[in-house]
Amino acid sequence: MSDAREPVTGIEAPVYLQYQFTAGRAPSRFLSALKQGRLTGQRCPGCSQVYIPPRGACPACGIATEEEVTLSNKATVQSFTIVYIPIPGNPIKPPYIVANLVPDGANISFIHLLSECVNEEVHIGQRVEAVWKPEAEWDYKMDNILYYKPLEEPDVPVEMIGKLGVDGLEGKQS
Amino acid sequence: MSPTEVLSEAFELGFTYTRSTGPVVGRFLTGLRDRRIEGVRASDGRVMVPPMEYDPDTAAALDDFVEVGQQGEIVSWCWVSEPRKAHPLQQPFAWAMIRLDGADVPMIHCVSAASEDQLATGARVQVRWAEETRGHIADIACFELAEVAQ
Ligand SMILES: [Zn+2]
Repeated sequence: MSDAREPVTGIEAPVYLQYQFTAGRAPSRFLSALKQGRLTGQRCPGCSQVYIPPRGACPACGIATEEEVTLSNKATVQSFTIVYIPIPGNPIKPPYIVANLVPDGANISFIHLLSECVNEEVHIGQRVEAVWKPEAEWDYKMDNILYYKPLEEPDVPVEMIGKLGVDGLEGKQS
Repeated sequence: MSPTEVLSEAFELGFTYTRSTGPVVGRFLTGLRDRRIEGVRASDGRVMVPPMEYDPDTAAALDDFVEVGQQGEIVSWCWVSEPRKAHPLQQPFAWAMIRLDGADVPMIHCVSAASEDQLATGARVQVRWAEETRGHIADIACFELAEVAQ
């Protein structure tokens, strides 16, 4: 209230929801692997799709996914957005890039930051690699990976995004 | 598959909303900041508190603001014996519909009382203002029994 005489035109009306979040068995294994510096997914025994982060079941087949797969630190940009609007409480300064990334060996994307890049040159199919925090700081958290950065590798054709094996374009298709 | 400890931690999701009040509620809140309670007169003559932007019958915009009293009577109420953190009072209190003197409809607010049996429908209550007002419904800290407040 800079001027007590100004009429009221707005109020702060925050809502805070307090949860006890329990990860469940499959996400707990995923987070435990993250703490050891490994990105893991789970393969569906029915359709062979590899999911990250694993939820313990295949949403397409409705069956449990038990086979754990270690994924690559390399990934492909499936889609992205450049964020120009500051979000209250977010320490990251705009403009920055949030991208849907498919790690090699998985068939589904997750969301992470893209950095060390020229924002205007980021494109679908671009190859990127995880930049991890120092090992001493690893926790049960996805932000053990600080962000992804561009790789000097040929682009992945759009129809191949989400279909690479853990060895990337050179390796076998999964 | 190796058995893994299932992870669990406290997690808070916050929505840091700000809301525009519009001219009518804005005026009501501005009044509260000055320790006044204002309602608005509807087309049928009733005084509504808090004020409404539009007439409930004709939908015409309303702007006939009326200051109402800082005392009123409890129309109905509900005792909260175990207040939660988000509640306005941390000791047991009542949510109450309070018809202020000069108003024709009751307004919801909280009533501070030592115990449930001190309250009754029809009991007279009076505003206790917050020490510092800021243009918010919580500028009314609570209502208290009028006898007690004296
Ligand atoms: Zn499946």
